[in-house]
Amino acid sequence: MRYLANTVTLAYDPLKCTGCSRCVEVCPHGVFEMSGPSPEGNRARLTDRDLCMECGACEANCRFGAIRVRSGVGCASAIIIGALRGTEPTCDCGGSGGAGSRAGGCCN
Amino acid sequence: MAISLVGAPRFTPVSSEWSDRDRWGAVRARVGNFRMGYRVEPGLYALGNPDMDSPVFASANYKLSFDTLRRALKDAACWILVLDTKAINVWCAAGRGTFGTEELVERIQKSRLDEVVRHRAIVLPQLGAPGVQAHVVEKQTGFHIRFGPVDAKDIPAYIAAGFKATPAMRRVRFSLRDRLILAPMELGQSLMRYPAFVLAAFLLAGVGPRGVIFGEAWTGGWPLFILGLGSVLAGSFLAPVMLPFIPVRAFTAKGWILGAAVNAVLLHGARLAAGMDPFLLAACWLFFPAASAYMMLNFTGSTTFTSPSGVRKEIRISLPFFIASLALAAAALVLWKLKQWSLL
Repeated sequence: MRYLANTVTLAYDPLKCTGCSRCVEVCPHGVFEMSGPSPEGNRARLTDRDLCMECGACEANCRFGAIRVRSGVGCASAIIIGALRGTEPTCDCGGSGGAGSRAGGCCN
Repeated sequence: MAISLVGAPRFTPVSSEWSDRDRWGAVRARVGNFRMGYRVEPGLYALGNPDMDSPVFASANYKLSFDTLRRALKDAACWILVLDTKAINVWCAAGRGTFGTEELVERIQKSRLDEVVRHRAIVLPQLGAPGVQAHVVEKQTGFHIRFGPVDAKDIPAYIAAGFKATPAMRRVRFSLRDRLILAPMELGQSLMRYPAFVLAAFLLAGVGPRGVIFGEAWTGGWPLFILGLGSVLAGSFLAPVMLPFIPVRAFTAKGWILGAAVNAVLLHGARLAAGMDPFLLAACWLFFPAASAYMMLNFTGSTTFTSPSGVRKEIRISLPFFIASLALAAAALVLWKLKQWSLL
């Protein structure tokens, strides 16, 4: 499933990639794949940026700083409440926030 | 019951079986606030008589996360290291940083894992990755991090393959089943606001120059009560369940389309519009599909694929639409009442 096109903040610099493939391992949406042997070496490359949900797993686990993404809470009520309070979006939406199971995303 | 040997690391034996109480807890955790604070004690657990060479799996101290893991591990003898995530599931806790590098490092040291096992590897749920910088944990503890499958039920296959996950095991999905599990929660949250809506519709339908008249409130109000239920059904059940089949990407649009469809069926199919004043009818069309759209916009918080940037963009674009719908609906209601009171 894809959300809005051309919106995510994911930025990847292949020149910093050493081919460790951690990003391929941690991404829950298959946004990265290994290029396979090539003149530039076996590096990660993007498959489809629109699949990215900005969870931040790739950035946290790229020790070479090749990946940047602005991650955060992707929940409308959290963002609206955050905007009204003038704070960052938080999951603490009226007592229903986030002790979820694995059926869905955060607020469940 | 924690086993304590003087000077030795402490751990708690646990089984992979679910008791009736565990099963009942899993059901209750899906429907209400019971899930808040549904927790297990953080620390080290032993499943099926593990030894110094048994694998170590990390989990959150939300009890449903822990229960799901130990049930999936079934016949494996292993260690489970439970992090203190404040009773929040792995993915959410990773997003907040409580299923995180610092907590994992501390928990490894507190539980003296290096004395419990001879190897130096821990399997983390893949969805813990947003919170855990594997290379930092490795540097600080000497324990190598392996990211296991997204779904605990793939763990036996993952172990059988020599701790290797297939690309399919690495993907988060959002199946019909997942969406159906979420539906009661969504419906419940929307229905909490329904009594307030009913009261408002009742007063609105009955209010006249000489106060609220009960008979008019009832005859004018009941079609609105049904339309309100219809918009909740559309925005909090039908649209989430039919999510991938509605051919637009914006959630607001998905919700509006289904809200409008249900509205049309009720107003014109079930003839609730019969005898309705044109101004009231216009207000119904302005309000109810927009209400479904708003409920669906909030469903972004429950999905597994919407990005914060996308949600922010959608709010920016849809906010004027919501404000305009509400303002026009309010204007139509005022005109309807003025006409009813023969002031127009």
